[in-house]
Amino acid sequence: MSILSLNNIEKNFGAIQALTGVSFDIKEAETVGLMGDNGAGKSTLLKIIAGNFKPSNGEIKFENNTVSFEKPIDARKSGIEVVYQDLALCNHLTAASNVFLGREIQKGIWPFKYLDYPAMFKKSSELFEELKSETRPKDLVMQMSGGQRQAVAIARTRLTNPKLVLMDEPTAAISVRQVAEVLDIIKRLKDQGIAVMLISHRMPDIFEVCDKLVVLRRGEKVCEKNIKDSSTEEATGLITGAIDRV
Amino acid sequence: MSSVKFNQEIISKTEKNLLQKLVSEQSFWVTIALFGICFIMFFVEDAFSSKDNLFNITRNFSFIGIMAIGMTFVIITAGIDLSVGSIMGVTGVICGLFLDAQFLPEWYSKASYFEGVYVWVSIILALLAGTLIGAVNGYLIAYVKLSPFVVTLGMMAAARSLALVVSNNKMFYEFGPKDEMFYEIGGGSMLGLANATWLLIFLTIVMGLVLKYTSYGKHVFAVGSNKKAAELSGINTRWIEMSVYMISGLFAAISAVMIVGWMGSVTNALGYTYELRVIAATVIGGANLMGGVGGTFGAFIGAALMETIRNSLLMAGIDPYWQGTFLGIFIVGAVWLEKVKNKKN
Repeated sequence: MSILSLNNIEKNFGAIQALTGVSFDIKEAETVGLMGDNGAGKSTLLKIIAGNFKPSNGEIKFENNTVSFEKPIDARKSGIEVVYQDLALCNHLTAASNVFLGREIQKGIWPFKYLDYPAMFKKSSELFEELKSETRPKDLVMQMSGGQRQAVAIARTRLTNPKLVLMDEPTAAISVRQVAEVLDIIKRLKDQGIAVMLISHRMPDIFEVCDKLVVLRRGEKVCEKNIKDSSTEEATGLITGAIDRV
Repeated sequence: MSSVKFNQEIISKTEKNLLQKLVSEQSFWVTIALFGICFIMFFVEDAFSSKDNLFNITRNFSFIGIMAIGMTFVIITAGIDLSVGSIMGVTGVICGLFLDAQFLPEWYSKASYFEGVYVWVSIILALLAGTLIGAVNGYLIAYVKLSPFVVTLGMMAAARSLALVVSNNKMFYEFGPKDEMFYEIGGGSMLGLANATWLLIFLTIVMGLVLKYTSYGKHVFAVGSNKKAAELSGINTRWIEMSVYMISGLFAAISAVMIVGWMGSVTNALGYTYELRVIAATVIGGANLMGGVGGTFGAFIGAALMETIRNSLLMAGIDPYWQGTFLGIFIVGAVWLEKVKNKKN
């Protein structure tokens, strides 16, 4: 059963046509790798699914319902979580505060509600442990390494039980060991029945964890096939335009 | 290693221990400086440590301190409010106008003079006016997306002129049949401290708890730290931004009511150039103009340090004309200190 289906998605910013008639489905527990050169429209597509932009045309179906997200928070409420490329973290707040930002655990009755720090520290350290990251809940994000920041951003998506996680370049700018960790996390999401759409420039990452490959070139979908039936050579050709489409 | 133990270890681990954390706070060093100055003055000048002088110092910085708490919220969101002095002026005048009541229709005096109700009406109207002016600032900044500097600079001029309009350039000093009650609120004292100082202490604690222990406070920091991230987390960043200017306006009005009660009269010049002192107190206390950093204790201690230095300089016989120079040095010095500290980190 497909959890997300995109039907003829178009997006233009003024005269610039960012996406032209993009359609594909993401099934339950399926990991889809979205590839393409810079400016191919990957991030635009992600932002449309995540509710940052509205498509100029086309239809998005999530769990068989046509959806139209006004804001990212609407998408999140439906069960779509996003790890943004710039991670969207607050440097001056602790790891735990960032994980819980916008959905803090509170105690007490209004208007005397207060933050339950012990519960938030406990839950976030559990999440970091699950991700096998050495991130400490009480550390400020500004003091963290790239890998730790990544762990905070991914831990946020694990607070609820999302049905679809969108990841924009989660393995960029982190160490080799941490890349392996992030890929493990993606596999674990899959084991739990969570669908993932992964945007990456790193060919080996896509081929290691994904079930399906989708390639965009100049805003058009030029490939959608099982990763087993494809190869890194073919993907490179599709991205650069050496192979027109398959 | 069991998973529970692993958890506990990670939770208890932080980058810094308590002492290191304290040392990294600017307000800690300002407190040390404050005690240092008091210690020196204690030996150098007998009059400094007299009960009356200490009472005066604490009362004097309370008015600035209360406004600085409101300013702290604004500065944490990376904003600035230049209009607090003028808000103090116009709300003080509004308070005076309704207390005096001789310029108002007769039905108002008749209806509200009963049992001093008019005193509370005047105070509430002043507080509402302050909040409303803050809401105008906040709306233009958060929803129309104009720069805080420009909006509050405009409001600084507009509110000051409104104070002139409302007061018609008159001084209000007749506060009606229950004037003693009003003087007592702003000018009275309890247990050796002025009421204004007690109010400052109360607000420092309450607003400090709001910043640290409510999701509203967390969101104020988030907006100042990374507005985009806050928005993506579903925080209503516009409302947060607008609300901090309302808090700043309200606190300027609270301070105005207290200072009018203490002085027993009000003119449209009330609070003139106070914005400078309020911003200075906030920044000296460790709030970062780039956003994301600050606290109410810092505002308290920043205001206390400035007043203590002013008092000490006067006692030491230094020409009061020099006060502005010292104020300027302290503002720039505080920002410089912050920069040096950040470089170390």
